[in-house]
Amino acid sequence: MSAAFLRNKAAVLGLGLLAAIVAMAILAPVLYPDDPLDMVGTPFLWPGQDPSFPLGTDSLGRDVAAGIAHGARVSLLIGLWATVLGLALGVSIGAIGGYFGGWLDDVALRAVELFQTVPPFLLVIVLVAIWEPSIRNITLAIGLVSWPPVMRLTRAEFRSFREKDFVTAARGLGFGHGRIILREILPNALPPIVVTSSVMVATAILMESALSFLGLGDANRVSWGSMIGNGREVLRAAWFLTAVPGAMIVVAVLALNLVSDGLNEALNPRLGRS
Amino acid sequence: MSILSVTDLHAGYQRGGAVLRAVDGVSFEMQAGETLAVVGESGCGKSTLGKALLRLVPPSAGQVVFNGIDITRLRGGALRSIRRRMQMIYQDPYGSLNPRQSIGAILTAPLVVHGIGGRAERSRLVHEMLDRVGLPAASFSRYPHEFSGGQRQRIGIARALLLKPDLVVCDEPVSALDLSIQAQILNLLAGLKQERGLSYLFISHDLSVVRYFADRVLVMYLGRIVESADHAALFDHPSHPYTRALIDAAPDPGKRRPPAPIAGELPHAGALPAGCRFHPRCPLATGLCAREEPALRTIAPGQRVACHHADAVPMNTRIKREPAEA
Amino acid sequence: MALLDVHDLTVAFPSVTAVAGLSFSVHESETLALVGESGSGKSLTALALMGLVPRPGRVSGAVHFGGQDLLALPEARMRQLRGRDIAMIFQEPMTSLNPVLTIGRQIAETLRLHEGLSARAARLRAIELLDLVRIADPGRQVDSHAHRLSGGMRQRVMIAMAIACNPRVLIADEPTTALDVTIQAQVLDLLDRLRRDLGMALILITHDLGVVGQWADRVVVMYAGRKVEEADPIGLLRRPLHPYSRGLLGASPRLQARAHYRLGRLAEIPGSMASALGQAGCPFAPRCDVRQDKCDSVAPALREMGEARLVACPVAA
Repeated sequence: MSAAFLRNKAAVLGLGLLAAIVAMAILAPVLYPDDPLDMVGTPFLWPGQDPSFPLGTDSLGRDVAAGIAHGARVSLLIGLWATVLGLALGVSIGAIGGYFGGWLDDVALRAVELFQTVPPFLLVIVLVAIWEPSIRNITLAIGLVSWPPVMRLTRAEFRSFREKDFVTAARGLGFGHGRIILREILPNALPPIVVTSSVMVATAILMESALSFLGLGDANRVSWGSMIGNGREVLRAAWFLTAVPGAMIVVAVLALNLVSDGLNEALNPRLGRS
Repeated sequence: MSILSVTDLHAGYQRGGAVLRAVDGVSFEMQAGETLAVVGESGCGKSTLGKALLRLVPPSAGQVVFNGIDITRLRGGALRSIRRRMQMIYQDPYGSLNPRQSIGAILTAPLVVHGIGGRAERSRLVHEMLDRVGLPAASFSRYPHEFSGGQRQRIGIARALLLKPDLVVCDEPVSALDLSIQAQILNLLAGLKQERGLSYLFISHDLSVVRYFADRVLVMYLGRIVESADHAALFDHPSHPYTRALIDAAPDPGKRRPPAPIAGELPHAGALPAGCRFHPRCPLATGLCAREEPALRTIAPGQRVACHHADAVPMNTRIKREPAEA
Repeated sequence: MALLDVHDLTVAFPSVTAVAGLSFSVHESETLALVGESGSGKSLTALALMGLVPRPGRVSGAVHFGGQDLLALPEARMRQLRGRDIAMIFQEPMTSLNPVLTIGRQIAETLRLHEGLSARAARLRAIELLDLVRIADPGRQVDSHAHRLSGGMRQRVMIAMAIACNPRVLIADEPTTALDVTIQAQVLDLLDRLRRDLGMALILITHDLGVVGQWADRVVVMYAGRKVEEADPIGLLRRPLHPYSRGLLGASPRLQARAHYRLGRLAEIPGSMASALGQAGCPFAPRCDVRQDKCDSVAPALREMGEARLVACPVAA
């Protein structure tokens, strides 16, 4: 599987970009030990104008490079944990509904439909507005709205594997439900879920950016979205203030999608596993 | 002693609101140590019957008594522990093994679940069984896709027999295999039966395999048993017109260019004919058959048939075949 | 004079030679059975005759039909022949029909393509063909979709499509393997009647020696891509000469009428066909019970043994 993935050039490129972003996030406190919200230089320095601020400064004289690096931390943390939460909810509810069927499945389906009647982003805004906009609450809100597609996917996989002979055989051998779900079906259902999860990280990053852009993010933390939001007011005078963090979002989301495509090909058993 | 006693068993599926009565009132006794074959065409309910006996499909009515225990309503742990004693071998050697587990993991798991032996003991049991079914010890760490159909069927047999069951339901165990491999698997099953005193419920659509491998035969048509007899009696004096048609339809090289024995096809199990279920295709059908469903009745010692006109089926009309020279 | 003459046919894939130097011929109104287990190359032989071998398979040799070599024909010319002069039916009647078209449309399409019939004439001919393959109420069934039909009915529709243009050769690749035994008898009976009435040559590909004995005029036994024996079916079943043919017969409970597991075991052919891979001499040598040392190095040539009988085994007598 890993060999198949590594033969895919686009996927390797995606993985490389992702690794660079992760490295930047990890190294942010080392490279820029001060708070990125501190005013450190003359406002509106263009990139390259002053070598100590390679990406320039914003309207309040904050270092854009420091903001990008620290923003990566916020974006990745939210992306990662919201996805973990969404996966945990989606996979467990989907697995139970798909495996057992009957009224459990009905309840699970109604719950999903309830979530899916409201556009996810609207729901995130409502949830963040009710709670206070901290990083933790934003993660929670994004995680909560992202489980329905995972649930549907997991449920479909479990419904089809439930009918397979090897699952019947496991029942016939006296295996318990827990063992059948976790050891027999889940490993077979995992590939499409893994593929989806990389797209979920990208979606979560976009949602957080959109929230911050609208000024609903965590005001005490810099993120790529909040940088775009702040830059918007001076778009004509200093377009780089929106373009630089915008480009970062594009690169991060692109990298995740490339990785997802690569995983899809590598994990798809129909494309040959040697 | 009877190992299995089935009374008026019903089982079916929900399909789009309608209930398909795949098994519709089946009763029989099975003696310990015998091979009881269930034969019929696809859709006759033979596979559902096998799964219902093991509670892999929930019976909707009736009773299954196994080794003196009514298992029809067992639940949870009690059901799981009785499953040790009754195992199944599946038709599809590709679908019945988890593609993501090694052969070692597949064969060890049943022992773990039933708390048999320690780590070393389990490994010894699995290796012994691999050897017995004719697979190299190196199979232990390999995956199902590395094996041929016949080898996978050996793995399925090993898995079923590791728990030392009394009864094994064999659901078309050789129908997906090539002829030369079929003989290997049938011989393996025969040998294991002899060594371990197993009882087989042998489900098959292939009369020639049934003729070789069965002690007694149940013929099913649309969810019902239409004839039950000792294997010799069944093939020498088939008494139900359907049994007769099945035997005549099996390609017998002794008969050149024979006409098809019966016309028509199996009706859909959702739209069962009234009266005798076979009457729309039956050459002997009368008005009585369209009105009244015949019950199983004994017509000779050990031979039961559900047909109003069983006496009219010409006896022993089979053309004698010359055995092939070796 | 043979209708179809196959000479030294070879189908090679990068990893395996699936058919190796196969020669046989079929005459008008004759049923030739190609018999073998999976991996014997019998289905690829059929695809090669139709010019339908999938990539990256390479076909060589010659297939003489109507004064031309089919393997040398350009694809456009082959397309005209396919379905008109040589037709084929497949094992899986479930997937060989298009689910969104009525069966009438599908039969009519072949007729319009090859015979240039009008839509109206093609429909009438389709109804006629459905009647010919004994589908009840053809005027109504012509407008049904495949999913409403049983497996046996679908196979009849496939046969109707195949014989639509009165082909001279009909290739039937395991036409009844997916069907129940009573339906199998009906379909084989139908195929044989059509062969007689239309004067077609029928190439019947099967793994079932019982079917061979009942319906074939001549039989070619294949093993690992090679012809190991050619005979008339009655002679083959009475006295198989090649050790593989003998093994198949011994392993077949159908042909051992009085055999029972309590009395004795079936004869086994040990191992599997996979052992033929990379075997230099006779492909069957690794499983053979009369193997000699030379079998591992020299590929056996076909020997004539009696009338119309060919055996590829130096030991057979």
